[in-house]
Amino acid sequence: MTDALLRRLRPSQVRELITVLLIIVIVVFFATQIDNYLSGRTFNRITTEFPIIAVVAVGQLLVVLTRNLDLSVGSQVAMVAWSTGWIATQMPEINPILLLAIAMGMGVIMGGINGFIVAYGRVPAMITTLATLAIYRSFLITIANAQSIETRGLPDWIVHFPGTTLFEYGKIDIRLIFVIALIVVAVVQLLLTFLPYARRLYAIGSNPDAARMVGLPKQRDVFLAYLGCGALAGLGGLMQMAKFGTITVDSARGLEMAVIAAVVVGGANIFGGSGSAIGVMLGAVLIAVLDLSLARWIGISDFARDFLLGALILLAVAGDVVINKRLQKVWLRARRRDEARAAPHGVTAGGGDG
Amino acid sequence: MDSAPTLTQRIATRLRSWEGLLLLILLVVVVLNTVFAPNYLFGDLGNQNQVNLWWIGIEKAIVVLAMAFVIINGEIDLSVASVMGLSAVVVAILWEQGVAIEIGILVALLVGLAIGLFNGFWVAIVGLPSLVVTLAGLIGIRGLAFMLIEGRSVGNGETAFPTWFEDMGQQPVSDLMGFLGSIPFIDRAPFALFLYFGLLLLAGVVLGRSGFGRRNYVIGSNKDVALYSGVGVVRHKMTIMVISSVIAALAGVLLASHLGAVRGSTAFGWELDIITIVLLGGVSIFGGSGTMLGVFLSTMLVLNIRNGLGLSNVPGHTQTGVVGLLLILSVLLPNMMESYRGWARRRSLARAARASRDGPLPRS
Repeated sequence: MTDALLRRLRPSQVRELITVLLIIVIVVFFATQIDNYLSGRTFNRITTEFPIIAVVAVGQLLVVLTRNLDLSVGSQVAMVAWSTGWIATQMPEINPILLLAIAMGMGVIMGGINGFIVAYGRVPAMITTLATLAIYRSFLITIANAQSIETRGLPDWIVHFPGTTLFEYGKIDIRLIFVIALIVVAVVQLLLTFLPYARRLYAIGSNPDAARMVGLPKQRDVFLAYLGCGALAGLGGLMQMAKFGTITVDSARGLEMAVIAAVVVGGANIFGGSGSAIGVMLGAVLIAVLDLSLARWIGISDFARDFLLGALILLAVAGDVVINKRLQKVWLRARRRDEARAAPHGVTAGGGDG
Repeated sequence: MDSAPTLTQRIATRLRSWEGLLLLILLVVVVLNTVFAPNYLFGDLGNQNQVNLWWIGIEKAIVVLAMAFVIINGEIDLSVASVMGLSAVVVAILWEQGVAIEIGILVALLVGLAIGLFNGFWVAIVGLPSLVVTLAGLIGIRGLAFMLIEGRSVGNGETAFPTWFEDMGQQPVSDLMGFLGSIPFIDRAPFALFLYFGLLLLAGVVLGRSGFGRRNYVIGSNKDVALYSGVGVVRHKMTIMVISSVIAALAGVLLASHLGAVRGSTAFGWELDIITIVLLGGVSIFGGSGTMLGVFLSTMLVLNIRNGLGLSNVPGHTQTGVVGLLLILSVLLPNMMESYRGWARRRSLARAARASRDGPLPRS
């Protein structure tokens, strides 16, 4: 019975289900530990906490699918956050849409530089983005000239952004920042499922040589994946600026590790070829739930969060290996059974003992 | 059979290699530094600057040696900086609790061993990607360090480290052993510098001249082939991960004595610098190639660039940016030259083909 069910599921769906279950288990556990845990306030905090990581991580997923990596997203986010903050301080009347376009445009430029060097310069992604991680940050520190962006200089709509609420159900707010993340995830998930270009990303990631042999424009596709990653990092940068208001040149340092953690916990293969936007978002949600709940839990040191996050990442990858092995076994058994059934009468079903 | 290449031929091949290029860049940097950076070689500081240049990055340089083995082996260890931090924190916390510093050092090294075995278990035995396992380590081990020390700084005031421990990291060895005081450079070198050159020699011999080193390359260039050829892949990878963590723990102890005070954020983010130096040294990120000479030259190159720029009042983040740019160019330029050669060859072939087609004797 479970076999029949498991057979219909792809590994990524099993992973998504498990991540959802894990989130539920964690929430139920903390509901017994923390007073007033299941409240609108908890929901609101979590849904303002995870969107930035989720948006940047979905961009990272595009690159990871092609068996590449972008370590420079933290620097990209900081660059965009500071620059858009500076622009908004100088021109408080600026149209939000224009500011969004500038943010994503800056991200596209930085992602484009990475993508160009990786795809056309054939420099390994790890080397390229390790270097641009340093270069973008050092460029930001140079242009910022030790100035920080401060909340009091920003226009009102940015200052109120973190609390901007679209609907309310009792104490539960559906906030703009949450809706933005949901839209980004939904759009990318639809594109990944239906757009031929996006299907090619999976093909390139599962076997780059084969993808080249069958004539896929591998270089161009990888380049475009980096552009997409940059655009979403740009959006993440604008969200970072609007959420925190105060942006120093050290903003978002180390964000790349949190983002990659969300990608891995969300079930994407770090060596490309598999992963979904929904999974990555669930990964970001899981990390945010754990992070915020532990911060409120009396029983544990505030500093234990990173330790548990590390353990969670390890658990996620180890779990992937187990799930994949199990599913493969199920599929193999099912295929044998099908073959035995399809075989003409009189021939005994071979391998039925498997 | 050709006779063995002569010495000049061998030197010529070496100079055309990656190491030759690094040496050339290093020479250019040294000349530029001597001309433009005040006190680099001449001046009030004398040879003190040449020692300082090493001293400031010596803990990173030590970890670079182990990281070279890891990357040549086709793996990566992102957790080294967190291990350095944890090991420094362990020494400090035990000292604060009244445990002798020698015991603290021993415990810190054992912690390094335990982390190495843990990483090795997941990477070598279970077969998970080291990128993810050590990313988990990077985050988790840093968390552990913060759990132990929380927001405090240990090693100052009431909790000051014993004098000999601080002297080890902060004073030249020659103060302790008088006879070294007459040799320039060495007269001002700290203990960690001697240790580094000892380890460098050891690493160079092991990688280039021993069976362990050969296996490191073989496994790094193709794990499956190595496995089917009867090379003990699991055991080797386990050893490599253990060496990496133990060396990082050792560097953490040295860092604690060098800084004289330890925080939870000690050595935060250093893994990127360390990996950059290894890759700049010509070690392939995909494993299987690279030499200790290249790694040594790139260590020297990075230290000299940072020192020269620092003396010229260029801020630290710009130095990091310059090193990053150099890292990209070091791979990009050879790739572009190769592409250009391929394009030129194809063009000349095409021209030759056109000439023969348009020639007086058409092919049948």
